Amino acid sequence: MKKHRIITAVLGAMLLLGGCHGAKASTDFTIPEEFDETKKIEITFWAKNDTNVTQTAIYNKAIEDFQALYPNITVNMRLYTDYGKIYNDVITNISTNTTPNVCITYPDHIATYLTGNNTVVPLDDLFADPEYGLGGSRLKFDSPSVSEIVPEFLDECMIGEKHYAIPYMRSTEACYVNKTYVEKLGFELPDKLTWDFVWEVSEAAMAKNTDGTFKVNGQNVLIPFIYKSTDNMMIQSLKQLGADYSDADGNVLLFNDDTRNVLKTVAEHTKTGAFSTFKISGYPANFLNAGQCIFAIDSTAGATWMGSKAPLLDISADKVVDFETEVMAIPQYDPENPVMISQGPSICVFNKKDSQEVLASWLFAQFLLTNDVQIAYSETEGYLPVTKKAQDAQEYQDYLAKEGEDNDLHYDVKIKAAKLLMENTGNTFVTPVFNGSASVRDAAGQLIENVTKSVKRKKTVDDAFIDGLYEDVKSLYHLDQGGASGVSGGKADLGKLPVASVCLLLGLVITWVLIGVYALRERIKSKDRQ
Amino acid sequence: MKKTLAVVLTMGLALSFVGCGDKAAEVTEAPVEAASVVEEAATVAESVAEEVVEEAEAKAEGVMTYAEYAAAELDSEVVVETYVQAKQSWWEDKATFYTQDEDGAYFIYEMACSQEDYDKLVPGTKIKVSGVKSEWSGEVEIVDATFEIEDGNFVAEAKDATDLLGKDELIDLQNQLVSFKDMTVEAVAYKNEQPGDDIYVTLSKDGASYEFCLEYYLNGSDEEFYNLVGGLTAGQTVDVEGFLYWYEGANPHITKVTVK
Repeated sequence: MKKHRIITAVLGAMLLLGGCHGAKASTDFTIPEEFDETKKIEITFWAKNDTNVTQTAIYNKAIEDFQALYPNITVNMRLYTDYGKIYNDVITNISTNTTPNVCITYPDHIATYLTGNNTVVPLDDLFADPEYGLGGSRLKFDSPSVSEIVPEFLDECMIGEKHYAIPYMRSTEACYVNKTYVEKLGFELPDKLTWDFVWEVSEAAMAKNTDGTFKVNGQNVLIPFIYKSTDNMMIQSLKQLGADYSDADGNVLLFNDDTRNVLKTVAEHTKTGAFSTFKISGYPANFLNAGQCIFAIDSTAGATWMGSKAPLLDISADKVVDFETEVMAIPQYDPENPVMISQGPSICVFNKKDSQEVLASWLFAQFLLTNDVQIAYSETEGYLPVTKKAQDAQEYQDYLAKEGEDNDLHYDVKIKAAKLLMENTGNTFVTPVFNGSASVRDAAGQLIENVTKSVKRKKTVDDAFIDGLYEDVKSLYHLDQGGASGVSGGKADLGKLPVASVCLLLGLVITWVLIGVYALRERIKSKDRQ
Repeated sequence: MKKTLAVVLTMGLALSFVGCGDKAAEVTEAPVEAASVVEEAATVAESVAEEVVEEAEAKAEGVMTYAEYAAAELDSEVVVETYVQAKQSWWEDKATFYTQDEDGAYFIYEMACSQEDYDKLVPGTKIKVSGVKSEWSGEVEIVDATFEIEDGNFVAEAKDATDLLGKDELIDLQNQLVSFKDMTVEAVAYKNEQPGDDIYVTLSKDGASYEFCLEYYLNGSDEEFYNLVGGLTAGQTVDVEGFLYWYEGANPHITKVTVK
């Protein structure tokens, strides 16, 4: 009886310990043999739009069309205008097991979601399922096959060896140029922008009249070069320079001398007033359209806000200045070998206890890749459809061909932005994804923001300043815990184990040794009796 | 031997609980976004008669008057004494406030603030704020700020700014609690075409239209008010109150609407 109680205690302890680690775990998802169309299933879809009501309408139509095909599925959409907010909400909901079913997101974010057990469904088996997979035989819609998804975009959804997302839309950054002012300053736009050219024109634009207004625009305000996403600015600069940033093992390599040089250049041109950022001054589009900016770098997915004929405006019409807008690839250090970031929303499917619910979620996620959704959504901004099937469709080709025919659906700046990515898909890159890669990205942008802010506040930005900044930013984003790669949850050396953990592990080892000794002793006794 | 083994196993189990207990606490710790709270600014403004307004106090050494603050260059360090009028949001130890003294208003953006302190900063609370004067899309604000709570209390009364609509002088009241009378509702639109975020309200006066906003983080949690604003229809006449926020022009963040 005593023996029984002791074993029960050990089993109980093991179960409890197991429970500690797996309290939030879901079981692995297994594809059901058949989708049950008689069962009512409700799924939630967290979507992101660009403060663009047409995008909302397209999501709504997609849901309506999908529900018409699968009347037993109800899709409830929650709309966001900010990826960061989605990320925060998902993290919060992982801990309460209330994640959405389908979510627009970034692979960097999925890497963090994956710290929960079986939180996000790996999609490879679903891709390949002959009935419900991509191009599957039992789908009620015309889904693309795996080979019809642009391979560069699909590869971006891999974390480790598995796909945890499908791409939804893709964009890159573009430099929206006030060509009129460039020429007024005596320059001619080159075929490909270089950083040197952008800095040179920006500095030339700082010349003022005797009344204090700027010569080029006659206004009191001018910031010739404004960058929306400073994390992208740093990441792309380092990539173009062949410099370190991070690696797939989760090592943070950002705080190096190439980064230092980029920061010093930023400081130099901030000091003259030639450069600023969105976070510090405001939206590049607003300055560009008011004739207060010459080089505005923002996503191609923001093209409808760019230019004096832009269909979407955030400033009053009387402030808009008439100028010719050129859409160009971001500045390059080596224009013969251009590189630019690939970005844009992807879709992940969250795991649930009910495999039918997960399959319904997958069907909806896949539906968002159909031509109708892909083409309609991409036309709302300078997005590129992620399937070759949609890109090659006559409807989409007709749309591209009508560039500039009107300032709404066929707004030339928007279509040029989409074409920019289409022509440069092979020149795009993404940064390594690991748990914590989102923090490294934030840190990259923070370096530029802090330098810009500090220069504006008349602080000296020199090596000592940058050394201090590196330490501050490492600390802010917890990149300083455990040597080269200290990202929380990453593949980092997390340092010495706490005493409590050491005691726990020792206790477990001793327990198992004693169990072994006891079992051996009982066995010997038993043999002796025989 | 069996007793010893039982004791060891029990100790192992206890240690396991200790280890797991800490971990569980970490896992369940989730970021919590504080619901934006207006703290009944509108109600308070109505009862101005009951306000506890301290006599104009001499500013402590190193503390700017509003005039000095207004004259300070952008990107320069500023120190002001002011009074919380409304709280917009708290997130990861940063909070955004509308504050005002008898002379003018200060919008304080993402000031370092613990959740505990945030809860203490009810409307009227006097704070000494040190930060940097900055401007974002026309909105003058104090950023990278720290604060300390001081003795004193002041809740501002809404200033009628109706006559300043469309005039350059309106900017002099930036960030203050203001009111606009007898406005006509032109249009109401949800930010994402569905409730749950900001509401954009276009109001007109004497044939000119002006943009107002129900900022969700400021007062979206007040369901009754949110529904009232979302339900406004074109042609209605309203009085509105709110903080004179600026985004590429005047864009008051409304806190009170009276349908006439």
